[in-house]
Amino acid sequence: MRVVEKRQILSAEEIDRTLQRVAHEIVEKSGGTKNLALIGVRRRGVPLSQRLARTIFGFSKVDIPVGTLDITLYRDDLSTVASQPVVQSTEISFPVDGRDLVVVDDVLYTGRTIRAAMNGLFDLGRPQRVRLCVLIDRGHRELPIEASFIGQTVQTSDTEIVEVRLREIDNEERVMLVDRVS
Amino acid sequence: MLQHFEDLLGIETLTREQITFILDQSKPFQEFQRHPLKKLATLRGKTVALAFFEPSTRTRISFATAAARLGADTMNLQAESSSLKKGESLLDTVRTLEAMRPDGIVIRHSSSGAADFVAERLETPVLNAGDGTHEHPTQGLLDALTIRDRLGKLDGLSVTILGDILHSRVARSNIHLLSKFGARITLCGPAMWIPRQLESLAPNVRRVTRVEEALKDADVIIVLRVQTERIHEPALAAEEYILGYQLTRERLRLARKGAPVLHPGPMIRGLEIDPDVADGPQSCVLEQVTNGLAVRMALLYHLVGGAPADAPHPAKERSNAAD
Amino acid sequence: MLLIKGARVIDPASRTDAAQDILLDGGRISKVGADASANFKENDTEVFDAKGLIVAPGFIDLHCHLREPGQEMSETIETGTRAASRGGFTAVCCMPNTQPVNDSASVTRGIVERAAAHASVRVWPIGAASVGSKGEALAEIAAMKEAGIVGVSDDGKPVATARLMRQVMDYCRSLDLPVIDHCEDPTLFAGGVMREGAASIRLGLKGIPAQSESICAGRDVELALLTEARLHIAHMSTRGALEYVRFAKKQGLRVTCEVTPHHFTLTDEDVRYDSRFKMNPPLASREDRDALIEGLADGSVDAIATDHAPHHPASKDVEFDRAPFGITGFETALSLGLSELVHKNKISLTRLVELFTTGPARVLGIERKIAAGQAADLTIFSADHAWTFRAAESASRSRNTPFDGRAFRGAPMATIVAGRIVYCRESAARAS
Repeated sequence: MRVVEKRQILSAEEIDRTLQRVAHEIVEKSGGTKNLALIGVRRRGVPLSQRLARTIFGFSKVDIPVGTLDITLYRDDLSTVASQPVVQSTEISFPVDGRDLVVVDDVLYTGRTIRAAMNGLFDLGRPQRVRLCVLIDRGHRELPIEASFIGQTVQTSDTEIVEVRLREIDNEERVMLVDRVS
Repeated sequence: MLQHFEDLLGIETLTREQITFILDQSKPFQEFQRHPLKKLATLRGKTVALAFFEPSTRTRISFATAAARLGADTMNLQAESSSLKKGESLLDTVRTLEAMRPDGIVIRHSSSGAADFVAERLETPVLNAGDGTHEHPTQGLLDALTIRDRLGKLDGLSVTILGDILHSRVARSNIHLLSKFGARITLCGPAMWIPRQLESLAPNVRRVTRVEEALKDADVIIVLRVQTERIHEPALAAEEYILGYQLTRERLRLARKGAPVLHPGPMIRGLEIDPDVADGPQSCVLEQVTNGLAVRMALLYHLVGGAPADAPHPAKERSNAAD
Repeated sequence: MLLIKGARVIDPASRTDAAQDILLDGGRISKVGADASANFKENDTEVFDAKGLIVAPGFIDLHCHLREPGQEMSETIETGTRAASRGGFTAVCCMPNTQPVNDSASVTRGIVERAAAHASVRVWPIGAASVGSKGEALAEIAAMKEAGIVGVSDDGKPVATARLMRQVMDYCRSLDLPVIDHCEDPTLFAGGVMREGAASIRLGLKGIPAQSESICAGRDVELALLTEARLHIAHMSTRGALEYVRFAKKQGLRVTCEVTPHHFTLTDEDVRYDSRFKMNPPLASREDRDALIEGLADGSVDAIATDHAPHHPASKDVEFDRAPFGITGFETALSLGLSELVHKNKISLTRLVELFTTGPARVLGIERKIAAGQAADLTIFSADHAWTFRAAESASRSRNTPFDGRAFRGAPMATIVAGRIVYCRESAARAS
């Protein structure tokens, strides 16, 4: 399937500034770093969560635990896909019970990914609280899910896609709005 | 790299890449065994038929647990209670199963080729849980995963398999798998149990009747069961076997330091394996059990999951991905 | 009267390989040669245009299973002989392992009568060596000979003991009947399902060592030395047994042997989890298969016999271990002989004809030739006709053949028994 770029949403600098701001917000609205932990949703939520943790360490000198979560096994559409997606590992080395978790992902769209992430987290234990942090909220929710920390909100149509490119994964750094071309 | 499987009938026809894929896909399921809540909804609504025509507790429970943890339902067919005892053919039993429309069939049978027989006749994905003396692919895979985790690699190893190789489907699957990764394989046991033609199964396979020679510098040791059922030909008195082939501590010292010792289970401590070795640090039997669960979950996920081949194409889901 | 015109006649007995016409009259060969077509009256003589075809004496199959009486769901004398006629056979020897076993004159008579009424080709029964083929008491061989048997065997099994085999041989020598043995050692056979070798190891199927056959063949040849009986080794599949036959022939003994088409075509490497590859004796190792072809070429092997062993489809559609042994063979025998032996330049066309005619005839102690006065049994075939064998179109009731879908060059075109055309391939149908 081909896509055509419509416009750039965030440049590399803007991504960086956004993450800096969000990191401060998280700590502020959590009343500090106590009990806090970040969970990056594969794939791009992972580097985002790691960057947030580094930024938080930068200004608070506290090492927030970071885990990675693969939601493949928790997707609700598996019985409709022709061949099974590859499962990646979930690595959460700290106990989830009683934790104040912030789930981190790149784009919030229908909300199904986050629902799956919550299912995964609750299989691991009983967190005290789960909030959501996303780089981009593009609307069109199909489930009652909201993000507490949002980098940027973008109006999109159904045929559009928000493409997030991060240096750790894509060797470039920007967020674009693209259109599907049939 | 995604691989597509329709059935899992044996290791012989798998490529190195396919095997690596399955082992890699087993890792998330290994990790999953440590979750407090071991229940997924991934295969919810799917049914896995467990057709065990041979007595088996461990493998059957392993598959049943794997299916249940993935959220699937199971249909249980056991030889003791089935009409197979009354002379119903495999074909009839299979057609009965088919009429119940499971999403996957796991089959263990005493005839070599039974899994192929079923797979040829049914569209349903078939997983071979052991057919006669032909293959036991999930055992081969879980053994490989165990070895890879212990030694950090699977390539170019010196592997010694000890016991009745002629009648062992586990040994055949191990030989096929490890040789695809360049292993040097030594088969050791009484001469009647290691016929010459075993060397033609794969490159770099040799036969040795003296256990000391076989164990020298081995990287991995796989000990096979000495079965009480009338399988060995000829049968050997226990003392004979122990004298010549029991894996004792002294004999184990001839192998490389820390060489993992695997056993498909159940072990008869004091017969094919010294109790100290069976429960010692080199013994991998407990990891093998966990890995068996992980491998079987990974296989069920890939074989049984997904839309059935004849499902209508679903309305395109909203997805923020340029696929 | 039937005139066969324009054929290439291959008659091993008279060492003929020439263009000749043959006139048949009332079940016998009337004239052979260039003048055969002279002076015939057009309106009472059918003409069969055999241009481009080969005419041989009627083929004889020394070894087949017609399953009647008792196993008619697999085959009957009627369906089996119809299949045989399509394979070019004019006479078949049916083995006694029916239900009941053909161990008495009354069962033999029953077969002969049934054949007279329903068979397309001649049926020459083989009687059991022992009562019920149980390997204990001698069967009523003399009475069966009166009723029409042409040989004796406990086929399906070996004659059980050396002691019994010796007795059978002594008795049959006095009755001038050949003793046909299915050579096998039960303790080495021991539940095996294919030839022991690399293939059986890989497939995890229980193997039968070649020595199971050769040890028994050795026993039989030693007993032939002792008794000077006529011994015929059935469906020979090993170099070991062949060597014993060679030794016996060198000693001047009347020891003969046959090889089936599947044994000179396939090997144990062809075996898959498919019961159409399961028969007894099992498919041989490559070395043994090649040795058999050498034997077919150098005369150590006397005959090709099909061991046509039909089994009702349901009984074969089971896992390999449980399937009964046996495959069909009438309709593919000649084509396999042509494609594997003649077209691959292992033997000459004349030699192939011998293996189907004078070879079997010698084993039975009869003549088979194309000459005036002989019975009008002829096999007409093409060495080149391209066709594909389809099991579903077979005249046999059974479908258990590994050659389903195989393309061939060469086929039986017409079969004549007692002067009547009992089979004619569509494309060869030319009436006068």
